[in-house]
Amino acid sequence: MTAVATAPTSTTAPASTAETSYPAIERAAIDASARGPVLFFFGNGILWLMLATVLGIIASIQLYSPGFLADVPFLSYGRIWPAFTNTICFGWGSLAGLGVTIWLLARLGRVKVKFPGVLFTGAVFWQVGLTYGILNILGGKTTGLEGLEIPTGSAVLMLLGYLLVAVWALLLFSFRSQTTPFISVWYLVAALFWFPWSFAMAHAAHVLPNVSGVVQNLVAAWATQNFLNIWLTSIALAAAYYLIPKVVNRPVHSYNLAAIGFWSFIIFTGLTGAVRLSGGPIPAWIVTLSIASSIILLVQIVTVTANLVLTMKGQFHMVYHSPTIRFTFFGAIAFTVSSVIGLLASLRSVDRIVHFTQFQNGEMQLVVYSFFSMVIFGAIYYILPRLVGCEWLSSSMISLHFWGAAYGGTLLVVTLLVGGLMTGAVLNDSDNSVFATVMDTSELLNVGRIAAWLLLGVGHLVFGLHFLLMLLRIGQPGGEPTLFAPIGEEAKH
Amino acid sequence: MNRSNYLLTGIVGSFALSLFALVLVPQAQLGGLQPQFQDDEGKVVDIYPIENRGIVAGGRAVYISEGCVYCHSQQVRDEQNGTDIDRGWGTRRTVARDYIFDSPPLLGSSRIGPDLANVGSAKWRNEPADENAEYKPAKRDAAWQLLHLYAPNTIIHNSKMPAYRYLFEKRKISGQRSDDALNVAVEDGYEIVPKPEAKELVGYLLSLDKSHPLKEVKTATPEVAAK
Repeated sequence: MTAVATAPTSTTAPASTAETSYPAIERAAIDASARGPVLFFFGNGILWLMLATVLGIIASIQLYSPGFLADVPFLSYGRIWPAFTNTICFGWGSLAGLGVTIWLLARLGRVKVKFPGVLFTGAVFWQVGLTYGILNILGGKTTGLEGLEIPTGSAVLMLLGYLLVAVWALLLFSFRSQTTPFISVWYLVAALFWFPWSFAMAHAAHVLPNVSGVVQNLVAAWATQNFLNIWLTSIALAAAYYLIPKVVNRPVHSYNLAAIGFWSFIIFTGLTGAVRLSGGPIPAWIVTLSIASSIILLVQIVTVTANLVLTMKGQFHMVYHSPTIRFTFFGAIAFTVSSVIGLLASLRSVDRIVHFTQFQNGEMQLVVYSFFSMVIFGAIYYILPRLVGCEWLSSSMISLHFWGAAYGGTLLVVTLLVGGLMTGAVLNDSDNSVFATVMDTSELLNVGRIAAWLLLGVGHLVFGLHFLLMLLRIGQPGGEPTLFAPIGEEAKH
Repeated sequence: MNRSNYLLTGIVGSFALSLFALVLVPQAQLGGLQPQFQDDEGKVVDIYPIENRGIVAGGRAVYISEGCVYCHSQQVRDEQNGTDIDRGWGTRRTVARDYIFDSPPLLGSSRIGPDLANVGSAKWRNEPADENAEYKPAKRDAAWQLLHLYAPNTIIHNSKMPAYRYLFEKRKISGQRSDDALNVAVEDGYEIVPKPEAKELVGYLLSLDKSHPLKEVKTATPEVAAK
């Protein structure tokens, strides 16, 4: 197995990535045990990403040109949009995230993946439920709750599949032979525990007869916030805390900072959900609690950012060489940007302008795309060579993917945020009474959004193809990772 | 207790706190809300809100199915939180009691189109026609709503709403023209008539009226509302 030697840095053992303290031969055995399920989760996740890209392109065209596909009921905007959000979150986000989670838990816990059949079964259940759910949404059968559109029957199937994977992953955690807790493991265990409870509670709130009225909306907002800001965020931060120290070959700057960041994150993020209903028909104290919690989260934003940046200190040229670092560090910066924007947007004075505009959609894309997806891409670039035994074929393809994703994702977020601010300003000017003119203000930005989705589409196609080549073992011989530029060449950062 | 027990305890505890604060306490506070009864010497004269039944319930299902909620909100914020009332979308902010019979309430989070919380109220029905539009009906009644669903652009200039032509059918006129045929150009001998879904949807839209006074919220004075 040649892949084990690919980490250019595995000769030394940084304290906080102490997983390298055990022999390469054992790492190879663990990778071999994880290969099947992890590849299955990644591969399926990428298929969902492709579908999400197509849906995203269609929806962006429809916002510019309302007549596009409007005569086909199952492709009308009111159905494409929820299909898109569910596909990218539950299809791409959750599956790719779980792939990374399994691999990290095995590697960090120094434990082999046993009975992979449980994981395969879980992934199949999840996807059967999700597919049925998406078809229902396109067919017009949804719960009507934003963020929880998937009908409860499908959601139950997904949850069963998830539980197989999560319980199994937590067993992996409890049987670990490496008992020092790592920062990444804290986040992964939190993610695995939080998601199913939040998801199940939200569906229960919709189904139970005693929960009527706006409590359902509140629970849906809470579950959506938990999904984005705990589930996806935890997995991506776990990956970033693993990958950055690993590739730049030095320990995480401060263990204490990381602990402060983690605990403030896990205690207060769960209280921020009601900002999604700011100004709405719920008691004001609930929103106030969520705004206060958002402000306290500044502690996490600062500590995580400082920790990751200080770990990179002196090694910033690695973004020039290493694909993993380029994607992951981009994602880490996007985490900071998205958290700061989320905090500002939660303030009532800002919320009254941006609420109900595309600004909120921009915040979601920042988390799901610019932060989470970029980190996960970085993780896949790191993990895959270790699983398939060859290195990525072409650094140009990785580069094309990066620029498509970085420019496309950034353009997307900027058009949504700026468009949201512009329409919000007009919407809050009551002299401007004709509603149709409100939307005219962001017309140009709608064009920008289509361009952004096309760029993302190019990036994803290249990435999907490259992934397929790796599955077919078409790549460079193992040994040295595929870099953008050889390390040692003078970095031009 | 070793460190991973602290970790698990902390994670479970943080979830319990979140569930308690944002789900259980709000449910305890709001779960028991009842309609507002107003009686006059022992006789109930006024109940608000009322349950969604018949055509309203049917139309609500169409509204959900077509994903109207992704472009239209149904909530009015107070003056401190936005210009909804200034804009004429309601005379008071909406509160939890307005939605006790909705499962789920279609609050919406995006306004690509206008808010619809009061689209069936007298104020909305008497909204003046769009001067730049092809058709300028005097009132926003059922016929207006149907035409708007079929061809939004003909009645609201530069509307961003997609046309829901699949909620209508083109039919050969046999004998007399149908009562509910749309007043739009169509080839000779044919007419455009709404399918049942379109009629239900319009019935639901015209039922949307949250202008009824509630004791827990101040209704804006008419001068402010008319501004």
